[in-house]
Formats: sequence, C-alpha cells, structure tokens
Amino acid sequence: MTDFTMDKGADGVAIITWNVPGKSMNVLSLDGAAELNALIDDALADTAVKGVVITSGKADFAAGMDLNVIAAMKDGGAQAVFDGVMTLHRLLRKIELAGMDPKTKKGGKPIAAALPGTALGIGLELPLATHRIFAAENPKAKIGLPEIMVGIFPGAGGTTRLVRKLGAMGAAPFLLEGKLSDPAKARSAGLIDEVAADPLAAARDWVLKASDADLVKPWDAKGYKMPGGEPYHPAGFMTFVGASAMVHGKTLGVYPAAKALLSAVYEGAMVPFDTALKIEARWFTNVLMNPSSTAMIRSLFINKEALEKGANRPEAPDQSVKKLGILGAGMMGAGIAYVSAMAGIEVVLIDAAQDAADRGKAHSADLLDKAISRRKATEAKKAQVLARITATTDYAALAGCDLIVEAVFEDPKVKAEVTARAEAVIPADAIFATNTSTLPISDLANASARPEQFIGIHFFSPVDKMLLVEIIKGKETGPRAVAKALDFVRQIRKTPIVVNDARFFYANRCIIPYINEGIRMVAEGVSPVLIENAAKMMGMPLGPLQLVDETSIDLGVKIAKATRAAMGDAYPDDAVDAVIFKLAEQGRLGRKAKAGFYDYDEGAKRQGFWSGLAAEWPETPEQPELTEIQHRLMFAQALEAVRALQDGVLEDIREGDVGAILGWGFAPWSGGPFGWLDMLGAPRAVEIAENLTGKFGPRFTPPQLLKDMAAKGESFYGKTARKAA
Amino acid sequence: MTDAYIYDAARTPRGKGRADGSLHEVTSVALSARLLDAVRERNGLEGPAVEDVIWGNVTQVKEQGGCLARSAVLESGLDESIPGLSVNRFCASGMEAVNLAANQVKAGAGQAYIAGGVEMMGRVPMGSDGAAIAVDPSLTFKTYFVPQGISADIIATEYGFSRDDADRLAVESQRRAAQAWQENRFARSIVPVKDQNGLVILDRDEYLRPGTTMEDLAKLRPAFKEMGETMPGFDKVAMLKYPHLDQIDHIHHAGNSSGIVDGAAAVLIGNAEFGKAHGLKPRARIRATAKIGTDPTIMLTGPVPVTEKILRESGLSIGDIDLFEVNEAFASVVLRFMQAFQVDPGLVNVNGGAIALGHPLGATGAIIIGTLLDELERQDKTMGLATLCIASGMGAATIIERV
Repeated sequence: MTDFTMDKGADGVAIITWNVPGKSMNVLSLDGAAELNALIDDALADTAVKGVVITSGKADFAAGMDLNVIAAMKDGGAQAVFDGVMTLHRLLRKIELAGMDPKTKKGGKPIAAALPGTALGIGLELPLATHRIFAAENPKAKIGLPEIMVGIFPGAGGTTRLVRKLGAMGAAPFLLEGKLSDPAKARSAGLIDEVAADPLAAARDWVLKASDADLVKPWDAKGYKMPGGEPYHPAGFMTFVGASAMVHGKTLGVYPAAKALLSAVYEGAMVPFDTALKIEARWFTNVLMNPSSTAMIRSLFINKEALEKGANRPEAPDQSVKKLGILGAGMMGAGIAYVSAMAGIEVVLIDAAQDAADRGKAHSADLLDKAISRRKATEAKKAQVLARITATTDYAALAGCDLIVEAVFEDPKVKAEVTARAEAVIPADAIFATNTSTLPISDLANASARPEQFIGIHFFSPVDKMLLVEIIKGKETGPRAVAKALDFVRQIRKTPIVVNDARFFYANRCIIPYINEGIRMVAEGVSPVLIENAAKMMGMPLGPLQLVDETSIDLGVKIAKATRAAMGDAYPDDAVDAVIFKLAEQGRLGRKAKAGFYDYDEGAKRQGFWSGLAAEWPETPEQPELTEIQHRLMFAQALEAVRALQDGVLEDIREGDVGAILGWGFAPWSGGPFGWLDMLGAPRAVEIAENLTGKFGPRFTPPQLLKDMAAKGESFYGKTARKAA
Repeated sequence: MTDAYIYDAARTPRGKGRADGSLHEVTSVALSARLLDAVRERNGLEGPAVEDVIWGNVTQVKEQGGCLARSAVLESGLDESIPGLSVNRFCASGMEAVNLAANQVKAGAGQAYIAGGVEMMGRVPMGSDGAAIAVDPSLTFKTYFVPQGISADIIATEYGFSRDDADRLAVESQRRAAQAWQENRFARSIVPVKDQNGLVILDRDEYLRPGTTMEDLAKLRPAFKEMGETMPGFDKVAMLKYPHLDQIDHIHHAGNSSGIVDGAAAVLIGNAEFGKAHGLKPRARIRATAKIGTDPTIMLTGPVPVTEKILRESGLSIGDIDLFEVNEAFASVVLRFMQAFQVDPGLVNVNGGAIALGHPLGATGAIIIGTLLDELERQDKTMGLATLCIASGMGAATIIERV
C-alpha cells in the first residue's frame, strides 16, 4: 500500500501525489506520514530536485486524519499520543524549513501545495506547513479545520500556524467554530495563498521562481509580531480576556477541547514557534486522552458515518427513490417535499384541497428564497427544485411512485383511508411509509394490503434542519422496506436509526421523561432558573421548560391524556399533569401562544419566567444541589434509553447514541446516553439511580440490563468491542 | 507581645487619574518620595530611624516597576540604610503594607516602619501589568473569571441592591466628602504636593463632585452591561457559577463606583521604645490584622468574612467597633457589608469614600486607616475597623484602637 508517490520532473520539480488506495478521499495514517517523510528526505537530499509540489491524485486533497487511527493511538497512552504528534510536528517542520540554513535562512527548497478540492483537518495543516498554497477554482471545495466539531482541535500545527498567521482573533472562527470556506473565501481570509485554474501548474511555476525570502515564514523571520498582539500586548490582552469569556460562556465549560485549544493558543503565543508546537502537542494529547473526545469522535464521526453508510441495512439491491409521493402537505409533508426535491427526487405532494397542497409547495419556495438572499442558492436552482414538486389533490398522480410518505393527521381513520387510496394507485412493489410520531406502526399497517412493505419513517421538525430520521419497523415490516427507507434517508443526506415499534419509538420516548422531570421539579418548588441552567450546564441545548414551551404545552396535554388512557391506573405522571393542565387551562400553551412557562413579547421572543409560576408553585427556601437536579434530568433520559435497549426497541447502542445527539441534542460532549453511562461506569450509574429511586420514585429504578453490567464489570462499548473482536 | 502603634498618618491629596489631572505631571517615585520626606520631617526621622519602607503598589510596571519602594527611599531624604519593599495585594496593598509593618513590630523584627503605598493611575494604567487570571484559560475557566464591575453587579443581584440603593450611597458619599473638606477634617493628614521649587501643585482632593444628586446619577449608563450581556458576555460565565441567577442586574456606573485617581499615603508605625526615643506620642494601637481568600468570581465580598475573622481572632464583636471604613470600590460592596452586619450607615465611611474621593489602588488601604484614625480622634471614639474588598477574591482588615 502506497499513499504517497513522488515524480521527479526534468524541470527539477518533484511532484508528490497523495492517493490513498481504495478510498474516495485521502486520509492520513501513521504509515502514510512515514512515507511522506521518506519522500521529503529524498527530495531535500537530491541535488537534482529544486523544489516540491504536494498534491492529490483524487478530486479532493484530503479529508483529514484517519479518526480511527486517532482512536487507536490512545491505546498506547499519553506518551504514545504525544510522541506520535511530535513525530508529525517534526515532519511538517522539516517541510516548512525545507533544508534552509538555520542562521541565514537561505538554501531551502521551495515546497508548495496544490489542492484540487476539499482540504480538511490535516489536509489543511500539511499545506499550512508548506511555503505556498494553491487551490483550484472549485467553489464546491471546502477548506478548513473542523476538528472542534468532533471534540478535538487541530493538533498537527494547524492551531499554532493559523494563530501566528492570522492572529488569535482572525483564527478564532476557523479554530473555535470549525468554519469551512470555499477556495475564494479561504484566500481572502488568508488560509491559502492563491486560487488557480490549474493549481498544480501554478504551484510548479511558483516553485521554479521562488526566492530564499519566499520560503521564510513570518514566525521564522526576525522581529515577528503576532497579528493583533500576544496576550500581554495591550490589544492582545483584550482579545484574550474576551476569548476566554466567550468560549467559556458558549461551551458552558463542558467541552474540554475548546478550553484546551485556547490554552494552546495562549501559552503558545508567548514562546518561540517550536516550543509552541510542543505546547500544542501537550494539550492535544490531553484532549485526546479525555473520555469526552473519545465519545464524541465515536458518535459524531465514526458511528454517525457508519449509520449513514448503511451499517444496519439489510441485504437488498439499491433502493434509491426516484419518485416520492407525500400524503399531507402540512408542516411535515411540506418539509419532506423540500428535502427530497433538493436531493433530486421527483415529488408528488398531495393534500385534500389544492390550496393546501400549493401552500405545502410554497414552503420550498420560501426556503429557497431565503437561501438565495443569503447567496446559498440561485434562481435557476430554485426553478429546478420547484419543478420537481407536483402539488395536487389527485391520487392518480401517485402512479409510478416507488415510495410513499404519509404525513396526514395523527388519526388512525384518516391514515387508513389515505393508505388505501394510495395503495390503489402505486406499483405493487412500492414501499409505504408513515411519518407518525405517536401511533403504533403495526396498527397502522393493518390498513395496508402489503404490511411487509409498510414502515415508519419519522422525521423531526423542522425537517430541513433536523439531521436525524427514525425508521420504525412494524411487526411485519420486511427487510426491503428497511433498505428502502435507509436508501431514501441517505439520498436526502440525513442520518438514520432503525428501531422497533413501541410507544413513542426511541427519541420521543426518552425526551418526554426529561421534560416531565423538569415539570415535576417546578411542582416541587425547585427554582425554574436553576432547573434550566442545570440542564444547559450538562450540555442540553434547551432546558426542559423551554423545550416544552417550544413543542407546545397542549401537545404535552394531548400525549398525557392518551398515555393515561392507555395505561390506566399505572399512569405515573399525575404530578406533571397538575402543572401542564393548569398552564393549558389558562391558555399558556407555549411559545406559539406567546405564553407558557416563559413570558414572550409580541414577536414571540422569550422573556423571563412567567410570574404566575412562582405564585402557583412557590420556590422552597432550601433549593436542591445542582448535581441532584442534573442527575434527575440526565437519568430520566439515559435510563429510558437503556430500557429501550433492554426492550429491544433499540437494537444497536450506536444508534441510541447518535440518535440521541442528533434527535434531541442529548449532551453531545458525552457521546450520547450510553457513552455517558460508560463514563460514569455502570456501578456508579446504578448507585445514583438507586439513590434517585429512593428519593423520587420508581421511575429511576435501574434497568436489569444496567444492574447486570454493573455486577459483571461491563460497559456498553466495552461489551460491544469484545463482541466485535 | 510588643504593641505596634501608629505615630503618624499622612497622605497626598488625590488628583484625577487622567491626562488633565493635577498630579499627572508628577512621577510615582517623586510623589512617594515627597510624602516620605514629609513623614521624615514631621517626626524627625534621621539616619536608620526605621527598619524598612513597605510600599503598596498594584501596577508594578514601568516607573512603578523595579521595586518602586527602594527607588522612592533613594529619591527621598531618608537614609540609604533603609531598604524598601514593594507589595501587591491589589486594592489592599496599602493596608497590607501597614499590617506587615505592624506585625513585624509586634514580633520584634525592627522598632519602626513607614508603611503605605502609591498609585499613579493616570500614568501607569490599571491592568497594564497584565494578569494571568484574566487571560490564561487554565485559570479563567477554573475561577469563572469576570471583571470586577461584573462581580459588583453580581453582589447587587445576589443580595438584592437596586440601582437606587447604590446611587443613594454614592450621593451620600459625595455629601460627606464635601462636608469633610468644608470642615477641614482631613487637615492633619493632608500633605500638599509641591514641585522642586516649593510651588504647590495640589493641596486638595480634586475628584469629588459636591452637590451630586440622584437625578445627576440617574443619567449615567451602566458601565458593565455591554460587556456582561453582549461582548464578550461575562454574564454567561457568571451564571455558570451561580446557576440560580436568571440575569445579572447591571447597576454600577462611573458615579457609584470608585474614582480613578493618583495619590499616596504613609503611616508611621513603631513600638513604644521608638516613640520614646523620638519623643513621639502614639495615636493608636494596631489591635488586629487579618486577610482572607474568598470566591474569586463574585470576588468582592471579602470584607464580610475577613471582618468575621478579625473579630473572632481579636475576641471583639461588631458592637465593639465605633467607626468603620469600608472601601467604596463599588457601592454594592459597602451595601453588602452594612447588610451583613446590620451596622448603622452613619458609622460607615463618615467622611465619604472612594466613590467621591477616588481609589488610588496601592495607597487606599493606608489612606482609610489614616482617615479612620482622624475621625476617631475628632469624635473622641476608641475602636475603628477598616476593610477592603480585593481583586481575585480576597479581603483584608485592620482594627485600630486609640490610646
């Protein structure tokens, strides 16, 4: 296996081409780095070589470091990680100094990078170590350092080089937010140097003309000053004061990578470049050894990608959707039509009335207009997408659809009726999916003549923004239906999880107890401010009370009534109902009513808590410990996730974790509920759950599965790993 | 143990700490040296009369760097055998200098000291010495760092002080300071600042605004709202530390926070033998000293626990204290002190405080000890307590007792 090859041209320019066999995108492995190192040594030693261009044999330059390799590096412990990172630093530093005399800075060989397309992570860190970066005129290419998104930070000199190049303020969006740019924007931001029609030729020309001075990086030249000032420069001081506060406030202190990145920047800014690289390596090692980064890489990168690539797809030929029928042009139907048409799928959008169907289609036009105003789309693109959507009342238009998604009222009768009408028209091998969020799939399948082709595809609202799609198998759902749903989700570029049919499926099943726990605490007299902040400080995007205001309190009431009807005397949530029924009675139905747990202004902007809360449920003088509140809120979700696994609703913990983060924002830093329980350790988790049970009731009873794991000293991922091995 | 007595307390007038302030032309070294000269002359200190000069100073860079205390001694008429020690405990540096001196006298390490401090805030800006706690992420995250103004606003929010409460205190500080000057109550301690020709540069505090009303203050915009709520958003950091707070009430502004000024103060401290040898009469005994570390985020609540500590250690109760000086760094600091101990506002900062007169960081701790002593003498009372809140979450206190 050869990842890098070198071709020494007659003109004295050696072209190093990165082309990892068997992969559509280059990723850097440790072996690859060693190969590159040998080639650089060769080029620097060979007197016939005047300079080097590093490029890619693929359409893109590189997607970054092989995160599986990073995950494996940790097995060697901190020393192995640190040594590995320092080896990479030495290679990149060798490229940067290019054999020049350390005193005179003369006699080095120019090394340029030519990027045909996307360059991410190490795919940009490597070019940053060269003397000049050329990118192709390819507006689809993405250039940047997205490491922070998976809980690490650029650790191959990208942090240190970018800060020295752009200053702390200038580098912040790229390092702290992982902002990606197209080549033109990357050039104006100073990430790269030139955009060219033929970057390889341009790089070669530059290499042949480059002078000694062209090779000396600003930070290697005498008198270098960091743009914007180092931390104790008067201007720099203000930048660093602000950076700390902003990052702390934004990350709520739960993302170790952001803090470590800032530390690497701050400490590195006050020392020479090579010392700064060493500091960067120490913090990178520190973050990599943090369980949070393991969990985030695992869920947000490795497993998310595995699920998107069909990790749980049954064997079946390609089931890509060509013509999609959507029944019901309400908010969900309209959203599904938009994402499908955007993915190039022909869509028939049906509603009972033509104006309703038209309104559903207009939703796509609105979203595209917004995109156009932000220069993310063009009029031509809008016309193209809208042309794919046929809005009609005529079921005959469904002829030839290979997939139907039903998104009508949550009423079994209405659903049964449209199912029959659609099945009368569509091909016999078409798959029929329902977007229900509350009704059992197996019951709805009774209305279908072909229950093995009947499945649940549960979208989250707003459809265009939410990344998760929950696929639900009914009792009789067959493998081809699952494959169809997965292929459809892949087409619309969302992340699927596949679960079995049970009340509220997976995501809603876990989020309802979270909301309810928050509401119970209000009834108990816990400060609502404390409840919301406790949740946010655990990394939940919304506190439970804000969340219920967003999803609406009458929906809560509806669910409560239905659940009570289904469960009878066993119904456990009277304490919750006491609060939401009272709010609903007073018309406080949530944000849409501009009144809920919170007050809202005329524009539905959230203000403080409703003063009536304190009057109705006065805060107790002694407030509980923050940790107890957090345990209640987190265990309400995590224990439900374990129950879903134990009950077989969930078949794969990877889906449980990825689904939790993408579906309802479960503390991403933790990698998901199973990752979080692994961090706590099963024995500790059982102990906390039992304490909570004693204090607050049987809803916190640890599931047998968790107790067994505690007894056997197992962990969720440890167990899986052993099974796989 | 030996007693430590105050024999003299002197200070310069406080000039506005700006380019157009009257003391802006004077160097930190010169201002310190002229005050040391005044103490030397007023008390006839010839030769190695004191053990050391302990000089509080916060921003120890540029002209205030390089051990300003020693530079000041050398610039003054004091004997070169007297060394010099610069100390920094932020806003309590001047008090810490006095307390260090007193405790060394008590322990028998030297007979006498000159202790005090200086800050030329217009010449060496506050913060220009840097501070890791504000920028080093390892510290900022651990301590939930927010600037002092935010901390002062957190105190107001946590303990329920309104903008009006704070403004009323500020108006009263102005009224008392103006009255004190009118009645010449600072006469004993004020040493006019003169140039090399003996010409007076400044002989009065110049920061105060007599006649300030609630209406005047109502016009001022909150000083820390923007940095708290928007850029860079310190309130969010504060709420991570205090998750029960819904929002921070930004009540402080330039008119109810301490003023930025230039100034210096010195206290002559010695044992009984020193007094006898120099024919000096002790004015008060340093009864007790204390310092403490507190929560660094709310930062400025130190006066309460350090007062509890000093009372406990000295066997006194709050009722034994006749008069208080609580540095008016921000209005909420004083409001919180009075709330915690339920003391009569008429006994606290009788002649106004730093809101009206200004807060030359390194000097203030020594200034308020002198002001307290002058007022105890004027009212013929016995026991006084001075205390300050301190950056990074500390507190310091001194109890003096007239003899």
